[in-house]
Amino acid sequence: MNSTVLINIFRFLALLAVQVAVFNRLDLFGFLNPYPYILFILLSPVNGNKAVLLISAFFLGLFVDMFLNTGGPHSVACVVLAYLRPTIFKFAFGISYEYQTIKINDRLSPERFSFILISIILHHLILFQLEAFRFNLILSALLDTLYSTIFTLIICIITIYLIKPGKQ
Amino acid sequence: MQQILNFLYKNSITLLFLLLLGISLTFTIQSHSYHRSRAVSSANAVTGYVSEQINNVEAYFGLREQNEHLAFENAQLKRLLYNTQDSTNRPPVTLPNELGAFKVIQSKVIINSYNKQENYLTINNGAKDGIKPDMGVVSSQGVIGYIEQTSNGYATIISVLNKKFRLGAKIKKNNHFGTLIWNGKNTGFAQLVDVPRLATVIKGDTIVTGAESTIFPENIPIGTIEKVYIDKKTNYYTLDIRLFNDMTSLGYVYVIENKDRKEIEQLQQATTNE
Repeated sequence: MNSTVLINIFRFLALLAVQVAVFNRLDLFGFLNPYPYILFILLSPVNGNKAVLLISAFFLGLFVDMFLNTGGPHSVACVVLAYLRPTIFKFAFGISYEYQTIKINDRLSPERFSFILISIILHHLILFQLEAFRFNLILSALLDTLYSTIFTLIICIITIYLIKPGKQ
Repeated sequence: MQQILNFLYKNSITLLFLLLLGISLTFTIQSHSYHRSRAVSSANAVTGYVSEQINNVEAYFGLREQNEHLAFENAQLKRLLYNTQDSTNRPPVTLPNELGAFKVIQSKVIINSYNKQENYLTINNGAKDGIKPDMGVVSSQGVIGYIEQTSNGYATIISVLNKKFRLGAKIKKNNHFGTLIWNGKNTGFAQLVDVPRLATVIKGDTIVTGAESTIFPENIPIGTIEKVYIDKKTNYYTLDIRLFNDMTSLGYVYVIENKDRKEIEQLQQATTNE
């Protein structure tokens, strides 16, 4: 139990650091940035304390907001994602997910892939709409969501594979 | 009572979620609403320090470019120096106690942003170096923005590439005024709107800051005219301005303080109140 807490604290700090130092400054094609820091929310223990996850997700988003000077959209997106995570679990893995021992950071299966994809889309959709915050920009924000989702998805899957290669 | 407690306990996660969502949504809406209203910004000790360390590493990759900028600026200053008349030949003038109304503070951009609708920059000087909100920021090539918030050691800037940015500007040749804004589309171009139809606008003309701005000194270069439109609703010109600054790579900047600003604003306020 203690080691999972330590691992999660380490993950929080490491993902935040990498996001701030590397991914925020990529600017692929001049505008595209991935946000793989949400891996913290995706990878946190399935049956862990939900309140702790919500609060840590809020602060994770808040820190990213501070570094990006965005004002708040990252924390909104993170809090919503953390709250809806069990619902996405149910959708991706079936109703009885809590009784199975699911590991997200494992070899990629269709269930895991759909879980990661839906989470990223949800997070990015909220993030970009709140960042634009104007009705006449909805379309361009949707386009940004699409590009960024693809980019984040690739980075997330690569990260999962790099850190935890399948052991079976 | 028991039931209320039970209800709270059962729904504690949802209530916590709603609370956090409320807080973060408030931050977001505040940040979009008006000038200098953001609760969450990078002008604080932690994010400022971390960004500065990252920037220290990053700065090495842009040294050659920075050198070229500095050499170019030096050449311009040398040209000014060599072309001034010999001071002994000039009629004696009584120097004022203070040299002009403008004070310049040198600083460095540690966080740059240009791919959003509302872009903010962060510099590594703040209140302790005398930086206050609403001071102008320029680079050797032209206008960058103005200070939004300050902390002790850091300050955030509203960049030209921000939909909240407004600046009185004019066409250098014929002094016709307009307002400089950004339409959020291209990082290389800003827009000059509300230019009267009387004005002769020619592609390639230089745009500089206007005299009515209390933030910037007059005649700081901004960009050149790239395209001319006629706004059908208002019958004013809208001009696309190609910015002199490459807003995607900024290094050293200068913060300009107008010492007369308070006086001018007080006077204006007193006049409009009557």
